[in-house]
Amino acid sequence: MTVFLLRRLLQAAGVVLVMSLLVFLGVYAIGDPIEILISPEADQIERERAIKALGLDLPLWQQYLVFLGNALRGDLGRSFVFNEPALRLILDRMPATLELAIGATLAALIIGLPLGLYAGLRPSSPVSKGILAGSILGFSLPTFWVGLMLIMVFAVQLGWLPSTGRGETVTILGMRWSFLTRDGLAHMLMPALNLSLFKISLVIRLTRAGVRETMLMDYVKFARAKGLSPARITFIHVFKNILIPVVTVVGLEFGGTIAFSVVTESVFAWPGMGKLIIDSINVLDRPVMVAYLMIIVLMFITINLLVDITYSLLDPRVRLEGKS
Amino acid sequence: MSAVPASAAPGAPTLEVRNLRTHFLTRAGVVKAVDDVSFTVRSGKVLGLVGESGSGKSVTGFSILGLVDPPGRIVGGQILFKGQDLATLSEEAMRKLRGNRIAMIFQDPMMTLNPVLRIDTQMIETVLAHARVSREEARQRARDALGQVGIASPDERLRSYPHQFSGGMRQRVAIAIALLHKPDVIVADEPTTALDVTIQGQILAEAQKLCAQTGTALVWITHDLSVVAGLADDIAVMYAGKVVENGPVEQVLDAPLHPYTLGLIGSVPSRNRRGEPLRQIPGMTPSMLNLPAGCAFRARCPRAEARCAEPPPFAEYRPGRFARCIHPHEEAVAA
Amino acid sequence: MSTTTAGAPPAAVPPAARVETPFRRFVSEFAASRLALFGLVLFCIIVLVAVLAPWIAPQNPYDLAQLDIMDGRLEPGSVGGSGITYWLGTDDQGRDMLSGIMYGLRISLTVGAGSAILACLVGASLGMLAAYAGGRTDSLIMRLVDLQLSFPAILAALMILAFLGKGILNVVIALVVVEWAYYARTVRGSALVERRREYIEAAQCLALPTHRIIFRHLLPNCLPPLIVVGTMQVARAIALEATLSFLGLGVPITEPSLGLLIANGYEYMLSGKYWISFYPGIALLVTIVSINLVGDQLRDVLNPRLKK
Repeated sequence: MTVFLLRRLLQAAGVVLVMSLLVFLGVYAIGDPIEILISPEADQIERERAIKALGLDLPLWQQYLVFLGNALRGDLGRSFVFNEPALRLILDRMPATLELAIGATLAALIIGLPLGLYAGLRPSSPVSKGILAGSILGFSLPTFWVGLMLIMVFAVQLGWLPSTGRGETVTILGMRWSFLTRDGLAHMLMPALNLSLFKISLVIRLTRAGVRETMLMDYVKFARAKGLSPARITFIHVFKNILIPVVTVVGLEFGGTIAFSVVTESVFAWPGMGKLIIDSINVLDRPVMVAYLMIIVLMFITINLLVDITYSLLDPRVRLEGKS
Repeated sequence: MSAVPASAAPGAPTLEVRNLRTHFLTRAGVVKAVDDVSFTVRSGKVLGLVGESGSGKSVTGFSILGLVDPPGRIVGGQILFKGQDLATLSEEAMRKLRGNRIAMIFQDPMMTLNPVLRIDTQMIETVLAHARVSREEARQRARDALGQVGIASPDERLRSYPHQFSGGMRQRVAIAIALLHKPDVIVADEPTTALDVTIQGQILAEAQKLCAQTGTALVWITHDLSVVAGLADDIAVMYAGKVVENGPVEQVLDAPLHPYTLGLIGSVPSRNRRGEPLRQIPGMTPSMLNLPAGCAFRARCPRAEARCAEPPPFAEYRPGRFARCIHPHEEAVAA
Repeated sequence: MSTTTAGAPPAAVPPAARVETPFRRFVSEFAASRLALFGLVLFCIIVLVAVLAPWIAPQNPYDLAQLDIMDGRLEPGSVGGSGITYWLGTDDQGRDMLSGIMYGLRISLTVGAGSAILACLVGASLGMLAAYAGGRTDSLIMRLVDLQLSFPAILAALMILAFLGKGILNVVIALVVVEWAYYARTVRGSALVERRREYIEAAQCLALPTHRIIFRHLLPNCLPPLIVVGTMQVARAIALEATLSFLGLGVPITEPSLGLLIANGYEYMLSGKYWISFYPGIALLVTIVSINLVGDQLRDVLNPRLKK
């Protein structure tokens, strides 16, 4: 286990290194780092100073070491627009994005699991066919357009929910959170739902397939032979079995959710990392882009690592329960 | 057309299956998986239900428990449990009997326990499904049941997951679960087929002892005649969904009436006949989708004749000995 | 598992058919699903509308001379100053939405199909190379594929466009970069299976040139899964392009795709002028759904795993 963990950690570190190299090459070798990293409004003296500080007068491999050293110290450059360290800028916006992504993940489970369960238990009922068709639609619908339609119906036409922003927030641990206030929650509802649309479909499909497979297992028939109530069989024996793969996939998808929040945050003007990066791209605030890229890569690798470790903990059982 | 075997011994049978028919209504046609099956089991006795795979013996077992899944359906006959017809019982009433008065043990112990639930969960829920007792009391009963089937340190075992058990241990747990409510009937569907021979012997001995002690009627489904010879009091031989022969185990094995039974006995390797070639039953089991009219065995039967195209009656040829054949063997087999 | 399968019926015997060519069987199997047929017809109509847009659209939305700013943001069904009826309303420039959608479809379909074809060429070549060369080449290519697939497409495309800038060609490049891996994985998978078949060994024994083996023997066998993946990827590419354009990073404003049309209507939606965003969205949705319907059925028909 320890060996596995060490090897996995080393692999992760390797990927981070490779990605940092890719980002570095993107910025320094393909683009013009002076143009990318130094504000176009800077005067000559400022430029000189920045070139020195970033080591742009050094050979490429030395530049990479400087870049890497700076990155390790948490220095990923300063935003041209906000004139703040890019890293802090992004970390400031991170709680909003995390909040949204977690909300979307929970929504996907809360909505997707019961629907998938129903569709799996009664595969031939018209309601199940409707659920399945809905999930196919969920895969096809362009998220941003659904977001617009949500705003149109619930904010503009009905006026039930606020269309944009985070609403009232509460500060905990130095970070601002929306989900603790009524107003914040009202603001979060539509974006979270919008972001979860794809995941709801995914959970429905996984759950439905899992239920149908599990219902055929001998242990379900044995549970019936024990005289258990149908409710206990469904909610304990079947449900617990499908929960593991569903939660694993949803966990793996968490990174994708954070990535896709770029779209949802833009639609609902949700002030998170995603909105920040789109704004930064539009005004060519490149240090923020570089920092965002590095942080996202780090997040992805961490998520993959966590899922891998969790899975390896479950692995002996998984291997044994497989077809014997 | 078919007579019901009368109970020869005194005392009403615990379970009496009369002319049971369980059919699967599939798109490709009607599969008569069980088609006229009759037998009786008395308290404390063991019935061996023997047949090749696909002969309908498992479906018979599931029919008794009311666990036949669609498109399967019991379309005829009676399953009398202490005089009450289970085939007409509501699902809820049936559920109250299942695992309580009538229990079942499955074939593959690797598949019958839920892999994500601990043993105690799976045992206690069975206790609580049929008895109004506290959790503590339920746990106590589970512990006792594990001890009963010879599992050491049951307290520790209760907290384990199925994958931490060997196949033989899992089957013991399954048997312990079946015993929890001291059922009147246990249907055991090839419970030792998937196990090693030594473990198989232990489980068989255990089963026999428990049945005699508790007075449970046991239906032991198997394809293995040698298991039946050592364990059962009575035997019912199934072929293509029908019971073809039925009677006390020594009599049937010593002097089979039906050519199929004779063929089955002949194909068991035996010490007494070492060196002789094994006798085989020629041909293949017929497809259940289009069974030939008349005797289903006639294509493989050495004694088949024109009359076999008519369905043979299930008749009592000797006291307590039934067979579905128009020209039964009258002579004893040399053992 | 004989406990649950006992008495299960054997698979139904297929009805005797007339003379069957593989193609004819493919057509009849595909047509077995009404929904897929409907999707195919729908998709054909969409393609036809896009191709014929310059001739059937009421207006050329790119020709500023034809636009009347006085007709801006008219409701669907309004009649403009020049007597033309705007069935789906107009945008802020006074552009007929119906015409805008027809022309936008051209851009969306071109980008979607173009990137899919290019990604297919790149991916299939690399996948074939990986399968045929094996060893280090194989593991290097597959590592790249894994890396690409573990990173969300939207982010990768976003970053590429952020550094390359807007433009149809750049969007196509970004889409190719994020999609080639699917094709590579598919081709490698089926090529590896085919390579082990005896007829390939026979061809190698005959010392047939490598390119002949690849193009005459391996590639045709990789085609079915490639077609399935390709169909799905076209839909994905169209959706991704729309998303990127909506975010303002895709196609330039002078040649609006469906996504950009939707983005243009965003600010007016809050004041209740829904049609500027709504109708292009419907067109986008119908396009994607029709392709997915076709793709789903293609997968069922062409997937050898699902065949008995």
